[in-house]
Amino acid sequence: MTEHQAPPPTPPQQAGRTPERTEGPLVRPYGDTTGDGMVQVSFTLPVSSLGDAAKHAEGAAAQLARKMGIDPPLVAHTQPMGPGFTFFVVYGPVTHLVDTREVRVVERDYPLLTPKEVNLAIRQGLRRRLVVVGACIGSDAHTVGIDAILNIKGFAGEKGLEYYRELKVVNLGAQVSVPELVARAREEEADAVLVSQVVTQRDAHLLNTQEMSAAFREAYPSDRRPLLVVGGPRFDESAADRLGVDRVFARGTTPGEVASYLTHRIVGSAA
Amino acid sequence: MTVPPPTPPAAPPDSSASAVRRPPAGAQTNRRGKLDLDPATVRRARELARRVGQPVVDLAQRHTTVSVERATLRLAGLEGADPDGTPWVNRLLDACRGDVGLEHGIALPVWDALLRGEAESLAVLAQKASAGSVRFRLPEGRDRDRAHAAARDQVAAGIRRVDERRRERERLVELHGDPDHQPWIYLIVATGDIYEDIPQAQQAAREGADIIAVIRSTGQSLLDYVPEGATREGFAGTYATQENFRLMRAALDESSRELGRYVRLTNYASGLCMPEIAALAGLARLDMMLNDSMYGILFRDINPVRTFVDQRFSRQVHARAGIVINTGEDNYLTTADAVEAAHTVTVSQLLNEYFAKEAGLEDWQLGLGHAFEIDPELPDSFRMELSHALLARELFPDAPLKWMPPTRHMTGDVFRGYLLDAFFTLAGTLTGQGILLVGMMTEAVVTPWLSDRDLALRSVRYVMNAAGNLHEDFVPAPDGFIVQRARQVLGESVDLLERIAAHESPTGLLDAIADGTFGLMRRPADAGRGLDGVAVKSEAYVNPATEILEEQ
Repeated sequence: MTEHQAPPPTPPQQAGRTPERTEGPLVRPYGDTTGDGMVQVSFTLPVSSLGDAAKHAEGAAAQLARKMGIDPPLVAHTQPMGPGFTFFVVYGPVTHLVDTREVRVVERDYPLLTPKEVNLAIRQGLRRRLVVVGACIGSDAHTVGIDAILNIKGFAGEKGLEYYRELKVVNLGAQVSVPELVARAREEEADAVLVSQVVTQRDAHLLNTQEMSAAFREAYPSDRRPLLVVGGPRFDESAADRLGVDRVFARGTTPGEVASYLTHRIVGSAA
Repeated sequence: MTVPPPTPPAAPPDSSASAVRRPPAGAQTNRRGKLDLDPATVRRARELARRVGQPVVDLAQRHTTVSVERATLRLAGLEGADPDGTPWVNRLLDACRGDVGLEHGIALPVWDALLRGEAESLAVLAQKASAGSVRFRLPEGRDRDRAHAAARDQVAAGIRRVDERRRERERLVELHGDPDHQPWIYLIVATGDIYEDIPQAQQAAREGADIIAVIRSTGQSLLDYVPEGATREGFAGTYATQENFRLMRAALDESSRELGRYVRLTNYASGLCMPEIAALAGLARLDMMLNDSMYGILFRDINPVRTFVDQRFSRQVHARAGIVINTGEDNYLTTADAVEAAHTVTVSQLLNEYFAKEAGLEDWQLGLGHAFEIDPELPDSFRMELSHALLARELFPDAPLKWMPPTRHMTGDVFRGYLLDAFFTLAGTLTGQGILLVGMMTEAVVTPWLSDRDLALRSVRYVMNAAGNLHEDFVPAPDGFIVQRARQVLGESVDLLERIAAHESPTGLLDAIADGTFGLMRRPADAGRGLDGVAVKSEAYVNPATEILEEQ
């Protein structure tokens, strides 16, 4: 193969014009030539490629690649990993087209901020530290969720909320009763209350959450109530209204997302 | 220059066996090493670490904790849990504490009850106590002496089991041999299910791992009990239990026979139960344990006094068991900047060394930690990494340093991650690190796939093979960038230790921890988890385990 030659830049198209291949709504992956559709993938199959099995293993990889729309596939690399597994690198053109008009994304309704930006926003917008009280309520003794969000150790490569200088974090730990949580939230003058529910029987996490949100509505005038946030692997992110809370975070939520949300809601409304 | 043959470590008093069983330490011919560190500054740094650490040791000696006392019961042979999964050691301790408090220790009231004929064994006593049918008292006079002697006999038998495990390790290392390369290759498994971990660990050993670490379930450090039995559910890791330890060690013994080299097993003596987990590790012949003097305080918000008391006991157990500890300095650099905070790593290493030696650990057991965490966008970042790594190497020439891969600056760009990890390995081989935790290109994306581990090991093998003995030729220019930077970090370390020593209260280290010196976390001494499990020892306090461990 010869050295890649960059194609001459194409001028931007005016809106509404019939799109050309490079700019239009339909695009293909780009290797070194417009429209070549080239992709590179790697994967492991639980098949042997030792000795005589190598050709068969390559065939298996090529079959998968074809089914993925890579045709014709070039199995560029076949690496045995022990007797039962093989790692493959495959190159080839995909038959699929991307229609950019049909791209749909669920928009986050708050901007994602770095810890620095969160600290700055709180300092400027609140002029005091933002107070977060966190707990596992009910019989759930698994603090893994709340700790992943609150502990400085963090989660998914992001530091927990304790890491943020302008956040005051009070982590009450596990098996906290709802009255105790309300009392501590009042005592700490919490801006936000974070509740995690990890291991629950039946729908205990939903009932616990409703009990918690009702207790807060009862204990606070509606304009003074702290922001209520629940999270855990069994929650549905769209259930906030039904549960009476401000926000539900599902599996995989990172501390940075929570910090950004709190800043958006609390500092944003204070400003 | 070649790596000198490891010298046999000192064995416990009743052990005559000696075997090659230490991870590789640094190889040096020139006493002042490649950095030409000023010996007076190095002495000063150690002297300050001692001065800062001594009051904390005194503090630890004045207190006991629920976990230290439960560990004593475990050494005396009390195992198992009630039908709800609460360990009998917790049941017995809680009942006894309710009657006589924690401050006298568990030994006198418990063995007094046994001698009074309340139960024929610890296990039965624990059952009766949790049913409320036993009253405990603090014995006096001859009763006290008899209870003390009986407790000592039974705990001594447990410590003899630890000694046996140590000799067993020595025999197996002699039989199967140690890795023939440096650094030793350390790989992690973490499925949450011990029965999934076992084939993964055996496969990792086949692929070249010298050391297998089983990551613990996320929540475990904050549990004030050790779960029981073989476990199949965990969060991002597998619970450390006595049975899981036993199963994995047996599996790796099988691998050692298959592969003709002794495959080591690592777990975590950290969190609220570190003394108990240390005891279980000693009883199950684990070979290395994560065991940092400050990690739990800083990163898990565990009470500082609880941590230092538990630390000292667990290190005494590790010393006895011939276990290599791994410290956690790499963690500071995941929260603080690796250039600005480089000296906090050195200070923590010096403190960990002081606390470890005070507890009876020897140089060959000190897997002091540090990490390749400098922002790769910085100019000369690799030169600084070499400088920091070499500083640790030369400050602790006889310790098997634990070299940790990049995490903070790993991104979804796995190709860049692969490159960064190769540079990390190169820095490790160039600076004579002892234990290399293999970096994963997918660090920031997924828990490692089979192929990630395979690619990572390929990269490590390539770098180690291609670099060969390049460390012989790697001699930084005198007064060049690397040497200057190392001196600067050592100087800043001495300054920080002086500031800690200058704190008004005698325990300046606790103040330093409280005001956020390490890893940017502020942790006051009168707060944090596990504080209610701490007691000031009474005049009558007795702990036969500590007595025996301190007799060496």
